[in-house]
Amino acid sequence: MPRILLKELAHARSGDKGNTVNIGLFPYREDDYQLLKEKITAERVKEHFKGLVEGDVVRYEVPNIKAFNFVLRGALNGGASRSLRSDNLGKCFGANLLRMYVDID
Amino acid sequence: MKSVRIGAGQGFWGDSPFPALDVVRAGNVQYLACDALAELTLAILQKARQNDPAKGYVEDMFFNLLLRPCREKGIKILTNAGGINPRGAGRMVYELAQNMGLKGLKIAVITGDDIMPRLGELRALGVDLSDMENGEDISTIEDRILFANVYLGAKPMVDALEMGADVVVTGRTSDPAQFLAPMVFELGWRWDDWDRLAAGILLGHLMECSAQSTGGNFSGDWWNIPGMERIGYPVTEVYENGDAVLTKPEGTGGRVDLRTVKEQMLYEVHDPTAYITPDVIADFTAPLLEQAGPDQVRITGMRGKPRPDKLKVSIGYSDGWLGEAMIRYSWPDAMKKARKTEEIIRKQFTALGLHFEEILTEYIGYNSLSGPLAFGDGEDLNEVGLRIAVRTRNKQDAARMPRLLPPLALNGPPTASGAGGMPRPRELIGLWSALVPREEVEKQVKVELMEV
Repeated sequence: MPRILLKELAHARSGDKGNTVNIGLFPYREDDYQLLKEKITAERVKEHFKGLVEGDVVRYEVPNIKAFNFVLRGALNGGASRSLRSDNLGKCFGANLLRMYVDID
Repeated sequence: MKSVRIGAGQGFWGDSPFPALDVVRAGNVQYLACDALAELTLAILQKARQNDPAKGYVEDMFFNLLLRPCREKGIKILTNAGGINPRGAGRMVYELAQNMGLKGLKIAVITGDDIMPRLGELRALGVDLSDMENGEDISTIEDRILFANVYLGAKPMVDALEMGADVVVTGRTSDPAQFLAPMVFELGWRWDDWDRLAAGILLGHLMECSAQSTGGNFSGDWWNIPGMERIGYPVTEVYENGDAVLTKPEGTGGRVDLRTVKEQMLYEVHDPTAYITPDVIADFTAPLLEQAGPDQVRITGMRGKPRPDKLKVSIGYSDGWLGEAMIRYSWPDAMKKARKTEEIIRKQFTALGLHFEEILTEYIGYNSLSGPLAFGDGEDLNEVGLRIAVRTRNKQDAARMPRLLPPLALNGPPTASGAGGMPRPRELIGLWSALVPREEVEKQVKVELMEV
């Protein structure tokens, strides 16, 4: 089964609110929306971010713009102004999601 | 159909003022809205106010550069640069306008978002101020609170425009509300016309982070974004029925297309069917986005639901200190050297009796931005920086920690470099969100007008 990086299929931007990070995920080709819907589940994203995210991950579908929004709780070591991390604003979470490998059937 | 053109001037405190000048010069706008307050900006302003009670607002060059050209073109400015001292910011704008000889300029100041003095009163009324994120009781932080500001909606800003204000200065407002206010004022939208209010909020959201909808911080084919050295900030033309076109000033860099706009559309959004603001709950799964021309995205069909009964208060509290230090190592074995130094430092912490609540080590060049998700083992890197960050209740310990690193240039693994400089400890500020009854806040909101 061929395996590719999510980076090849989609772009993503992340942002912070309190100790929560959200990631918008946008397939380059609208046709891939369905594929991402099957492959990039909330469970997989939670597993992917193990060690960085302590809380739950929820996925929202945004079909009108063919996108997904992932909300990651307990993701920022306490939140931007109390985090010890270099990426205290969670700016790199989008890029980190794109490191995920996707199996293409 | 009646319409209004609004431009974005600022995405955060520290943003460049030059794109705002391009919007004023070539954006053909009637209004310029500037968002100076990120969630953590109040934490920074609070420190300024601690040192000098007259401060606590955003002091930058925006007004020095923008007041005159905006006055000449009749462009009205809305800004939340008031931070936690809107009256101080209003005074600053007044004095600046006076020095520039801008006679007749009307400046409105909106206050009432600061509820810190009323927290006790609200609790006595039975308002539950538990944290929305973790449900903890406010008593756990009550003696450490630094600020408490409610996100206000667009209504007081519309009142200010009705009073004839040329410049509207606020403290904490919902970021998109500054963009919604001129739409409501110019297009006569009703306060229960949820779909139109939601359209205004969506547009405001697309504009509040300046170039993030015109090609900045774009994770797609960012290398193809033209003219990033003079990127254009978003400008929108909104029609009476809530339909709009998002674009940018002629002659500027950047790109407005479905990809760049979509990335901003979900930025800092949680449930996209319910983007909650003081004025309306917007449904981001409703609108249709289409490319209407070069650097033009048309947005139609936005939907909204009735506004919430409660408003969100953002409370900042003191939560210890951060001490940090960095040291770099070169090939060969850069990573091994950095790891060895981490081991030495941790042993020294123990030997010196330094106890920290948390110790975070990051390897810059390897995992400082990706943590456990980093690829590879970092063993063949040309250079690695070890960053050590500690959390402590005690400022002295936070200051002491970085002093352990420079001696290792001579006492530790070879090739240590860049350990000069001693970063000062930084106070950590926790953010706490709770909901308060709208009427309790709104009865205290004031709009004051000054004329130069």
